[in-house]
Amino acid sequence: MQASAVDIRKVNKYYGPFHALKDVDLAIPPGKVTCLIGPSGSGKSTLLRCINFLEEYDSGEIRIDGQLIGYEVPGRKMSGRKLRQMRRSIGMVFQQFNLWPHMTAKENVAEGLIRVRGLSKSEAETRAAEALTKVGLADKMGNHPARLSGGQQQRVAIARAIAMEPRLMLFDEPTSALDPELVGEVLNVMKALASEGMTMVVVTHEMGFAAHVADQVAFMEKGELVAVDSPQGIFHAPKDERIWNFLRTYHERNSF
Amino acid sequence: MEWSILEQYGPALLRGFGVTVLCWILGTIFGMALGLMIALIQRYGPRWLGWIIQAYIEVIRGTPFLVQLFVLYYGGPLIGLRLDALPAGLLGLTIYGSPYFAEIFRSGFRAVPHGQIEAARAIGMAEPTIVRRVLLPLGLVSSLPALVNFSIILTKETVILSIITVPELMYQVSRMSTETFRYLEANLVLALFFWALVETISRVGRRLETRITKHLIERT
Repeated sequence: MQASAVDIRKVNKYYGPFHALKDVDLAIPPGKVTCLIGPSGSGKSTLLRCINFLEEYDSGEIRIDGQLIGYEVPGRKMSGRKLRQMRRSIGMVFQQFNLWPHMTAKENVAEGLIRVRGLSKSEAETRAAEALTKVGLADKMGNHPARLSGGQQQRVAIARAIAMEPRLMLFDEPTSALDPELVGEVLNVMKALASEGMTMVVVTHEMGFAAHVADQVAFMEKGELVAVDSPQGIFHAPKDERIWNFLRTYHERNSF
Repeated sequence: MEWSILEQYGPALLRGFGVTVLCWILGTIFGMALGLMIALIQRYGPRWLGWIIQAYIEVIRGTPFLVQLFVLYYGGPLIGLRLDALPAGLLGLTIYGSPYFAEIFRSGFRAVPHGQIEAARAIGMAEPTIVRRVLLPLGLVSSLPALVNFSIILTKETVILSIITVPELMYQVSRMSTETFRYLEANLVLALFFWALVETISRVGRRLETRITKHLIERT
């Protein structure tokens, strides 16, 4: 069996007395799409943010291609330099896009290439243009975020991440802040990325995306990873009652 | 009203106004620079340094500028700080303005959405680069109206420098009034100069604001 791209073992996270992640174990296979689903507050975003150590986990291990992230050895924090080095190869897309509003689309994408990868300005701009073309925004490169729709902003954010040539992409509810009619364009970009063999971890409420694009689906509730299975298994033959309840609520809310 | 005295005192008044503008510009620049440093140390520095700085802020904000200036100018020599009137005045203005500027920057930084800083961290950007490329540009934009406002307040604090004989406008106006007993004329001239200065600053400030927020405002 192939080694995991991300190996999460016995991860725990507390916010004061609140136990946000409880002994979470999860293996992310390389080149595949893993969707994290579950009710709000179940810890799926927290888990995702632990993978690039934007959120510090308290115990357990998270390994990216075998290398422990955030800690030198369990219990001793990693240096900032090393952490930044690891983050370079992990792209992240946020619910609120988080583009830098004082830069154009192209500048947003080129920024990391210049300041982090150390590319020359012209080289960075060429790559930024390529990345923006890839997400279908060749004609919006000079626009500032305020002049882009939510869907376009999120596609710039995806371009910003993929321009860094990451080995792994994390998506934190990438479509939750979008108007319904703009969700499709973002999901299409993500599908294209998946078909290229990008390793992706996606926290999402888009059950359709999870069902059709994911290779594996993990269901979380109250900080626990309840089940990991194929989309088929999770959506059509859930083994746990909690999944059942979640899906029933989801269907009730989305049926008309 | 007796305006003919202006012929005699005009040049002195103009020189005084020049010194006032100089004090204001340098006091604002140095005060802002010190304030920015304070705000950055408060955000990134060690906690003990933050406490010392907080105490400094409380002391400076809690005492009148006049008192600070006296302490600096007349108390300074006791600890070997012997300054001429103008440098003492500039140092005084810098110190007086710094905690206000620091507070303005601090709240400006707080207005920068945390997500935009996280986005920079997520691609592996180093913290000093994040400050330079994300925190400062965005923080300054939200600080600008308050910065302009406080620098306008500072213009009028410069008159206090006349007490320690900095030859700025108020100093010249006082001299003119005591020598001629034309208090009203002298002070009307003073008012006119200040009004012109403040009006210019606020116009420039507004223009600057429109320019730098041009791209940040959503136009639909």
